[in-house]
Amino acid sequence: MKQEGILRHAATRFLGLIPTMLLLITIAFFMIRVAPGGPFDSEKVLPPEIRANLDAKYHLDEPLLQQYFRYLGQIVSGDFGPSFQYKDWSVNELIWRGFPVSATVGGLAMLLAFVLGTLVGIAAALKQNTGVDYSVMGVAMLGISIPNFVIAPLLILGLAVYAGWLPAGGWDWSWQRMILPVITLALPVVAYIARLMRGSMIEVLHSNYIRTARAKGLPESLVIRRHALKPAILPVISYMGPATAALITGSVVIERIYSIPGLGSYFVQGALNRDYTLVMGVVIFYGIVIIVLNFIVDLLYAWLNPRIRYDEAQ
Amino acid sequence: MNEKASLSVEDPFAAAMAEEDIPGRSLWVDAWHRLLKNRAALVSGVIMAVMVLMVVFGPMLLPWEADFTDWDNTSSPPSLQTGHWFGTDAVGRDILVRTLEGGRISLLVGLVATLVSLAIGVTYGAVAGYYGGMTDRIMMRGVDIIYALPFMFFVILLMVVFGRHIVLIFVAIGAVNWLDMARIVRGQTLSLRNMEFVEAARACGVDHHAIIRRHIIPNLLGVVMVYVTLTIPQVILVESFLSFLGLGVQEPMSSWGALVNDGAQDMESAPWTLIFPATFLTVTLYCFNYIGDGMRDALDPKDRL
Repeated sequence: MKQEGILRHAATRFLGLIPTMLLLITIAFFMIRVAPGGPFDSEKVLPPEIRANLDAKYHLDEPLLQQYFRYLGQIVSGDFGPSFQYKDWSVNELIWRGFPVSATVGGLAMLLAFVLGTLVGIAAALKQNTGVDYSVMGVAMLGISIPNFVIAPLLILGLAVYAGWLPAGGWDWSWQRMILPVITLALPVVAYIARLMRGSMIEVLHSNYIRTARAKGLPESLVIRRHALKPAILPVISYMGPATAALITGSVVIERIYSIPGLGSYFVQGALNRDYTLVMGVVIFYGIVIIVLNFIVDLLYAWLNPRIRYDEAQ
Repeated sequence: MNEKASLSVEDPFAAAMAEEDIPGRSLWVDAWHRLLKNRAALVSGVIMAVMVLMVVFGPMLLPWEADFTDWDNTSSPPSLQTGHWFGTDAVGRDILVRTLEGGRISLLVGLVATLVSLAIGVTYGAVAGYYGGMTDRIMMRGVDIIYALPFMFFVILLMVVFGRHIVLIFVAIGAVNWLDMARIVRGQTLSLRNMEFVEAARACGVDHHAIIRRHIIPNLLGVVMVYVTLTIPQVILVESFLSFLGLGVQEPMSSWGALVNDGAQDMESAPWTLIFPATFLTVTLYCFNYIGDGMRDALDPKDRL
């Protein structure tokens, strides 16, 4: 019964992904195409023949709808087309160059945020309304409130420029250069998860079955690990989807500040250069990453939570 | 008012209270008292009031114009002697005035974009929740679909495509930020829809629009107010994020995000250009979050036992 429910849940959710992705591609495509001024307008006026050739090369001379379906077909076959600005580079190549870097930083940040956030949250919940709780939550609020583009320069100033302990930026896959970006990226998510975890842990600890567990004499550590942890961690799991989106968005800023050659830097560069295919490609790529990760989180949540109603129609 | 009367009938204490003729306390008075008792929210509220006054009137009172370049004092540190209390940037512009003027834009964006998202979200959510059934399912399915999109990237895309105009910033941020509001309002409306007073209104022949306007929306006010307070810092953050990337407000206009970006460029030689705008931005976000938290605690009916 349970297995069947999860499968049905997965299937409906999976079908639900298709309109989302279609909408994503459609909005991105038409937004770029209605843009005043094409990619070749900016620098210098081109002779009409060259212009026509360029337009023909990038299929800009076709009717809009035809371009749209051409692009849709391309995306389905996994091809984002050539970059307008980085000559000789396809958007795919740029994505595959930048993404491993971004994914490494993002993945490490996510790991750090999850582990640290849950631990801090549990600690605060267990010491509810004590000095520990207040100070931890005060710091967490600070972590949520200080934007990472403020934290990053301050960290660079303190730890790299004045103290000289860590490199200020750049990228060579060494752990020294990863520390600052990963910490900066993770901080707001750590803070958010800590607050979520604290809240749900306190709620769970007040429930009847916890009282029962305590009444039958279980040691407190066992009560928490075996009985309270799983239900309390559910809100954190469902936050992992938005957290991914937050990390990806944050990485745009982080990569710029620490000069990391990730996908985010290409995106900002492309946005400033009006490199339409690149910007569109990255938006769609990241959109798909977020949608798929959300889907996985959703399934994980359904799997962990026995109370979930699988019946979507309800 | 009449809906409150009908609510209190369900309260087991109401009868007893009525007999002894104790003046009843409305939800709002109650919430207000609780909010005043919340030290963090209260202090935050006072700080924000001072901040707003400073940002609005400060630039008029200070001797410098935001775009005045004091060539005798470029990159000068904060000092009382030069009259540049927060120092100057690389071209001699007064950081204090620029921070306050930037604050005008940041706060304005926070307010206007939140109002845009409020208007869209409340209408959408109230309609979906009130009509329910098929309408609700289709409308919320739409929200789900949009929800999964990486909205920050769409805002950036919008800025790239349509240029970086301030009005566009309001609309773009507001237009992508209404989804949470719609969801919350819809959930609340669903539960309000079957309350006796709505049924009574319907039985009296009040039409749907009037019910939504007169009975549903006023009862959503608590939730909406909490959410507005929490949306404002989010919106300010989005704007400063855009401005930091160089995709937000453009020179000569400025915002805290743009100033932090400028400051981060010369932070090694002139850290004050970074620290002051960054502090203003952070304090604002911090205070708004505390006020929002405090309001949520104050208006949360779970707490009322």
